[in-house]
Amino acid sequence: MNNKILYSYTGIFDSPDDITHAAKEAVKQGYTKFDVNTPYPLHGMNKAMNLSPSKLGYIALIFGLSAALGTLLSLWWVSAIDYPIVIGGKPLFSFPAYVPVMFEVTVLTASIATVLAMLFIFFKLPNNAHPLHGTDYMKKVSSDKYGISIQADDPKFNEEKIIEFLQSVNAKEINTLYWNNEEINHENKILDPKFLAFLILVAVVTSGVTYFSLNKLMFMVPFNWMDEQPKQSAQQKSIFFVDGFGMRQPVAGTIARGYIPYQFKGQPDLAGEKLVNPIPVSKESLQIGQTKYDTYCSPCHGYHAESDSRLHGQFPNPPSLHSDKVRNWNDGRIFAVITEGQNIMPSYSTQLTVDERWAVINYLRVLQRALNAKESDLK
Amino acid sequence: MSSSLVEFKKKELPKRVLNIGIALLIAGLIIVIAGYVTDPVRTAFNNILGLTFLISIGVGSLFFVAVEYLSGAVWSTPFRRVGEFLSSSIIYLPILIIPLLLNVDKVFHWTHPIPTDKLVQSKAPYLNVNFFIIRVLVFWLIWLAFYYFIINNSRRQDQTKDQYLTKKNIKLSAVFMPFFAITITFTAIDWLMSLEPHWFSTIFGVYYFSGTVLAALAAGTIIIVLLNERGYFVKGIRKDNYYSLGALLFAFTNFWAYIAFSQFLLIWYANLPEETYWFLARWNGGWKYVSVGLIFIRFVIPYVGLLSQPSKSNPKRLLLMSCVILFAHYYDLYWLAMPTLSKNETAFGWIELGFPILIAGLIILIFVNKIKKENLVPVGDPKLKRGIDFKL
Repeated sequence: MNNKILYSYTGIFDSPDDITHAAKEAVKQGYTKFDVNTPYPLHGMNKAMNLSPSKLGYIALIFGLSAALGTLLSLWWVSAIDYPIVIGGKPLFSFPAYVPVMFEVTVLTASIATVLAMLFIFFKLPNNAHPLHGTDYMKKVSSDKYGISIQADDPKFNEEKIIEFLQSVNAKEINTLYWNNEEINHENKILDPKFLAFLILVAVVTSGVTYFSLNKLMFMVPFNWMDEQPKQSAQQKSIFFVDGFGMRQPVAGTIARGYIPYQFKGQPDLAGEKLVNPIPVSKESLQIGQTKYDTYCSPCHGYHAESDSRLHGQFPNPPSLHSDKVRNWNDGRIFAVITEGQNIMPSYSTQLTVDERWAVINYLRVLQRALNAKESDLK
Repeated sequence: MSSSLVEFKKKELPKRVLNIGIALLIAGLIIVIAGYVTDPVRTAFNNILGLTFLISIGVGSLFFVAVEYLSGAVWSTPFRRVGEFLSSSIIYLPILIIPLLLNVDKVFHWTHPIPTDKLVQSKAPYLNVNFFIIRVLVFWLIWLAFYYFIINNSRRQDQTKDQYLTKKNIKLSAVFMPFFAITITFTAIDWLMSLEPHWFSTIFGVYYFSGTVLAALAAGTIIIVLLNERGYFVKGIRKDNYYSLGALLFAFTNFWAYIAFSQFLLIWYANLPEETYWFLARWNGGWKYVSVGLIFIRFVIPYVGLLSQPSKSNPKRLLLMSCVILFAHYYDLYWLAMPTLSKNETAFGWIELGFPILIAGLIILIFVNKIKKENLVPVGDPKLKRGIDFKL
């Protein structure tokens, strides 16, 4: 007996009322490290054993809240900051759409965290040995008896007093339970050849199945039907249209959405008469005008429109835009030049949108005014 | 476990309660009549709120009585009479129905459809005055019949202690369930959704049901806590019974939020003008604050208030949260119905107070009367002893 370590004293009872009574008395005696084993959950036993409410709820709360907030943050970051795409005309940060995702992630995280916390913190999972395992006591309390087990590491532990106590609450059988020395001294052999062989087998099978299903299975009938679509691919000859082209011309007279065609082709003077600058002079439009002017116009006309660019001196010189002619032109006339080009100046209609052209004209007017200020500007 | 072990002494409510009840009932009646004289349309709208609120409490309580029989719950048996007494307000529903039926053409604009309005005209086979009145009466008779049969069996059991009556009520409750589901859905559609006959939401019946369950539960909980703390029930009813009430309140608060959000999310996502205008109307002017307030009063406050385990069994907290939830149901109905009446600004005045006061007075008088005449605890019920000894 000397090489055995005492785990607990156990007592067996016949009815739920007796065990509840015994648990209440054990609390009265001041025992804290004892457990009650019953074949089924007994209502009111928590109170009889004076157990504090489970802490699992807090774990669920903490993980649930952090999952909800984390999901919200990541959805916000993904759809409003990192990769902003307008979907279904909704705002980039559209909270209602996130709620179902937040809800699901919250429930999933909280439940998994609760189960794992229960297994690993409260049940001390990697350790699957317990002195109660495989004992007669366990056999009885898992079929038709009710047992109490007062542990030897209880601060009030005293063998005689415990026997006396168990007798006083009418325990039927009073026994001792010992730690199993073999289980205590047992060491897990990670490098056991059998274990290693099994590990390798699992690795091979898992990776094999993964490889097969991702690289082969998806290209077999019936999973590959998405590959065989009777659609027209780019650059493919059409067997449907007479002219053999897969790409079709739009119907004559079609205008792209938001695009207004230029109506004064070849009639720059008419354009000068009819067109009115729709862009108001403002800080924003002037800034756009400056950027675009510096990008597209300044290589020839120069940053200050004095044809002072590096192209100056090469025939033919780009003209200065401070000439009386240009200064007296209407905005629409300049618009016609930018749109269609003039002499060797090409059209800038593909580089500059309609609004940008008008903004450039606004900026050009600023440049002109800077060299030929009116009297009123000096005041 | 024979029920004779339970000692129950009848105890009448103090005279003060009777006086309060009479005062509230008379005050409510005066406000309502004055409202009908000065502003009949607005009073009729409030009448709809009052009616759907009383249906929630009355029929919802009958639903809980039936659920207790069907599920075989024991924890609620000591309180079942509260539900039964509350459901007797079904008898008094015509007080609120008749003035509405007289004013049906002032409230529902489908009663006089415009010839160019094809949508409302196509709904005419359902939305016409005659069929509407038939539905209202048939539903009321169905509720009344089930109320009479179920409560009569329960009352008879006090004398006979016949266990067979419990079995009979279980069968009756099972029959009641589909009738309840259909009548409560169509009540919601008829009285609330048809205020906007162009609008439709398939979840609307469930939405009203979730509020109904909460209102009945909250009204019951208020009365249970008030009476139990003053010793009107039997001794030994402990925290575990309170906890179950709190847990149900908490669960159905979440259920309401789930249903309300489901309705909003689908309409918001699909963004169809014929559906969104209903929510846009509730985002107009002052209604915006009412809508935001609904989220807090109906969901956030009860959710936080009842989240922790001890709060569900704390009578004070339970009482407070039940009051919030009961108020929230009326607030919810107000939010559902009133934007149809006043589009741009919230309507709140003395007329709005009439029906809540009237209903409060009515329910107090019902309880004063019932506690005097009948047992507050079903002393003949075989589950009663187990219900009192209930432990979680």
